[in-house]
Amino acid sequence: MNLLWRWLTDPASWEGSAGIPARVAEHLAYSASTLVLAALIGIPLGLWIGHTGRGRVLVVNLVNGMRSVPTLGLLFAAVLVLGPLLGGDIAFLVPSIFVLVLLAVPPILAGAYAGVEGVDPGARDAARGMGMSSREVLFRVEVPCALPLIFSGLRSAALQVIATATLAASVSLGGLGRFLIDGQAYRDYGQMAGGALLVAVLAMLVDLVFAVVQRLVVSPGLAPARTSRRAARRAAAAALSPT
Amino acid sequence: MIRFTDVTKVYPGGTTAVGGLSLTAPTGQITVLVGPSGCGKTTSLRMINRMIEPTSGTIEIDGRDTGTLDPNELRRGIGYVIQSGGLFPHRTILDNIATVPLLLGWDRARARARAQDLLERVGLDPVLGKRYPNQLSGGQQQRVGVARALAADPPVMLMDEPFSAVDPVVREQLQDEFLRLQSELGKTIVFVTHDIDEAVKLGDQVAVLRVGGRLAQLASPAKLLSDPHDDFVADFLGRDRGYRGLAFAEAPELPLRDEPVVLLGSSVEQAAAIAAGDRWVLVVDEARAPLGWAEPGVLTGVIDRDHLHRGGTVARVGGSLRAALDAALSSPSRRGVLVDDADSLVGTVRAPDVLAAIERRPDGVPA
Repeated sequence: MNLLWRWLTDPASWEGSAGIPARVAEHLAYSASTLVLAALIGIPLGLWIGHTGRGRVLVVNLVNGMRSVPTLGLLFAAVLVLGPLLGGDIAFLVPSIFVLVLLAVPPILAGAYAGVEGVDPGARDAARGMGMSSREVLFRVEVPCALPLIFSGLRSAALQVIATATLAASVSLGGLGRFLIDGQAYRDYGQMAGGALLVAVLAMLVDLVFAVVQRLVVSPGLAPARTSRRAARRAAAAALSPT
Repeated sequence: MIRFTDVTKVYPGGTTAVGGLSLTAPTGQITVLVGPSGCGKTTSLRMINRMIEPTSGTIEIDGRDTGTLDPNELRRGIGYVIQSGGLFPHRTILDNIATVPLLLGWDRARARARAQDLLERVGLDPVLGKRYPNQLSGGQQQRVGVARALAADPPVMLMDEPFSAVDPVVREQLQDEFLRLQSELGKTIVFVTHDIDEAVKLGDQVAVLRVGGRLAQLASPAKLLSDPHDDFVADFLGRDRGYRGLAFAEAPELPLRDEPVVLLGSSVEQAAAIAAGDRWVLVVDEARAPLGWAEPGVLTGVIDRDHLHRGGTVARVGGSLRAALDAALSSPSRRGVLVDDADSLVGTVRAPDVLAAIERRPDGVPA
């Protein structure tokens, strides 16, 4: 605890290209680019599979299969295979992002797919029956209704990616993982604990941001518990107030 | 007018859902498709707006073969109501109702005004417009479903068991209001149900389908009840056909008797005097609306609402023979209560008099 506190309050920890702010920025940059890429792959694919019902088997196998892949091993393999082809700084960056994307796609894909799949068949039938084209059914009904699950896929992917992006340091990249790797190398346990703490705090903050965005974007009609409780409270208040 | 000509639907695998169906749903009337499960009634309905494509045969709406039209445009011109309501959970009630007008390119203000108007038309409180579907009861959701189907004022409406997912009391209300609405709007409606009582109540004509999508009989409800074409139709109609058929026979002038009445709140002694030895006496309010029967012999004090026997049904003068007969049969005094359109007592009738009126009807079956 003491060591951790000393490291966190040491002004040197906060300065320069190896300081906490710079490492946080690097970590966020890796994570954000990973999430964007994974979302660009996972969301359209998930929506398409949910909308057409084709390729369900793919989702199930892919999601389960990816969970069992050892990330660290995959990372070294990717660096060994891709590194020599690329050269320079990106020799390590591209394989790292590649592995993180592989990790992030399954939850995002599963969320988008399950969200569309779970739309009330009656709503979908009514949408078609009222003359919506297939595209209109997808974008006006299925996607808005799927948003809660799309968000939950994104959030769980974000948590995994932020936690796992620490591995990038093991192939000589930056990010908060540096504090863990370097801390261990120098037996600086304060730095190691500080790095771990920062990863956890960052993950929670990012999740909080997602939660706020989700509240703004998702229709209140899709959150039964909250709205009905509020309605019940309003009704109770109305019943109690003397008129 | 919707005309099916020799329409067949065979699913891959060889199941014939609808086999050579030909029938006409007249303009401005309710045609009910009814039958056991697997009779192809829903398939037939869904072929009208091409949610399902027929294997062969043609379906015309006002002379135009639907097979030649763009499916989405066709559907925007047809109201569509389904059993589960199918409301969009992420949209407010008003936005749900405004769906088709917005698809048709109306401006938002006009679509909203139309939605607000329809909300009231189907008997919903205007404040519900800003709510979401999950905040409404099942019955309210079905009303919204009907309003949404009416939004662009389509001449044709397709309704697939719209009232079967709500409880019986609400269902009856929805049916009554649906009939009232239809009497104002005069849409051409095709209505699917598995409930023969609903079919007989709502249909101007009823098509009974048998398994495999073959038409067993197409007739008015009265004709169906009095003259089922074969055993299948007779069995499907069920018991009490003679009695139920009386619902479609307007009662002729019945020999009404004056009924002595007491006002609610009168003393039991007054009531006994008015009853003049009869066991039962009819209690009314100031407007002469019948409230129930009282038995002065077993009561003391004043007659209040808790004392009333409420078993008797009340029939309207000029209503059906079924209602008049039921009023007589259900009354504890065996005198059936008849009221006018203002719910005010006109007189009472006895079952033998109603039966005599039934006996006097011309022989044969209604057309």
